[in-house]
Amino acid sequence: MHEEIKHTIHSLLVKGTRLDGRSSLDFRPISVEYGVAHNAEGSARVRIGETEVIAGVKMEVMKPYPDTADQGSLMVNVELLALSSPDFESGPPSGDAIELARVTDRAIRESKMIDLHKLCITSGEKAWMVVIDICTVNDAGNLFDAIALAALAAVKNTTFPAFDGEKIDYHEKTDKPLPLQRLPISLTLYKYGKHVLVDPMQEEELAYDSRLTVSILEDGSLASMQKGGDEAFSIEDLSEILNVAIEKSQVLRAAL
Amino acid sequence: MTYEKRSDGRRFDELRPIDAKVGVIPRAVGSAWFKIGKTEAYAAVYGPRELYPKFLQDPLKGFLRCHYNMMPFSGSGERVRPGSNRRAKEISLVMERALRPVVDLSQFPNAVVDVFVELPQTDAGTRCAGICAASMALADAGIPMRDLVCAVSAGKVEDKIILDLMYDEDSAEEGVDIPIAMLANSKEISLLQMDGMITKEELMKAIGLAKKAVDEIYDVQKVALKERFDIAAH
Repeated sequence: MHEEIKHTIHSLLVKGTRLDGRSSLDFRPISVEYGVAHNAEGSARVRIGETEVIAGVKMEVMKPYPDTADQGSLMVNVELLALSSPDFESGPPSGDAIELARVTDRAIRESKMIDLHKLCITSGEKAWMVVIDICTVNDAGNLFDAIALAALAAVKNTTFPAFDGEKIDYHEKTDKPLPLQRLPISLTLYKYGKHVLVDPMQEEELAYDSRLTVSILEDGSLASMQKGGDEAFSIEDLSEILNVAIEKSQVLRAAL
Repeated sequence: MTYEKRSDGRRFDELRPIDAKVGVIPRAVGSAWFKIGKTEAYAAVYGPRELYPKFLQDPLKGFLRCHYNMMPFSGSGERVRPGSNRRAKEISLVMERALRPVVDLSQFPNAVVDVFVELPQTDAGTRCAGICAASMALADAGIPMRDLVCAVSAGKVEDKIILDLMYDEDSAEEGVDIPIAMLANSKEISLLQMDGMITKEELMKAIGLAKKAVDEIYDVQKVALKERFDIAAH
């Protein structure tokens, strides 16, 4: 069955088009809505075409890890809700959910998007932990980009809850935002034969050769990568993919 | 003690603003979104599809199964750890019972109809919002039904019998919370739970408030379903 879809996708790409009439480097319409969950310290809903995800940030105070006694911490979790696709099941996180969470986590962590030193309250004693949960509402393809963008938007939307040195009062929010240093845009590119495309629909995700997720900073430098798919690509391919990624990251950046 | 004024200024017998939309999750067979105040529920229906584990299969009719879940950032207070918990399990069960009287699954032997309910934000009344959304999602999925189900909580704070409790009322000391679901037309009760102490007279009054609210909720559900299928909404 996937062979058939693969064949269709290839023959369309040769003609310069795709299943829904887009060209290979076009995104579907992207929207970002902030503050969609009032109990979260920050939240956002991202739609890319019919794909929809909601991200929320909860702030917690914990004892810093011994090797980073003067820093706060970060946790990213993805819930591929059974509500959002017939292919997802309830239960413990699948491999896909874990990969999505870890790839999203690395972009935020390795780019030093959040200044974790400024999340320290008392060295070795108390520090803030930023917990980002991203839940899928409808999976119509390209969860990688939608989840990463929603995580960024929710972090941007976050303010600290009131903290008296002992306890957090979640019902009282301050207007103090998180200490942000940069915005790493995470983008995933897909290879079909010699064609590269962005923002796959769910059908297109069934049939690609390889993919690469890259996080890109304001100045075009890179902060993290993850290759996926069962085929290898050449060094020349990589160079071309990265050129496209750096250029197209602007589309996602503009949506924030 | 007298309860003078609700924190959002509502009358004691007044619902929070409600809004609904059908067909919000294209990957699902049927779906709906229901919002009451700051409580928001998505519902998605998948199936009829084969039921596993197999011993649950019924050769005479399909099985309605609900899955209630709060998103990790949706609760008042600390993060809700993902995964199943006793509260979610029980709510899933009572939601199934609230919906079963209206669905006819006799055409789907050995099958399951799964209803997933997810809450991105909550301010009490989550199981009721979930039931309202689930009932619309089942209709959207084309599951044979003889009525819609509407649900709302009623209860008591201090000396007042009130409709549609918010978190501050639900968690008030000696507050009474009574989630109620009714079949929209017959007004038969398909969900009834209560936490707290109340007299029979007060309970009947609370149920009376819920009964009136059911008509209001039903109207919103009908408009959303008609909009989905492009039927003139009024």
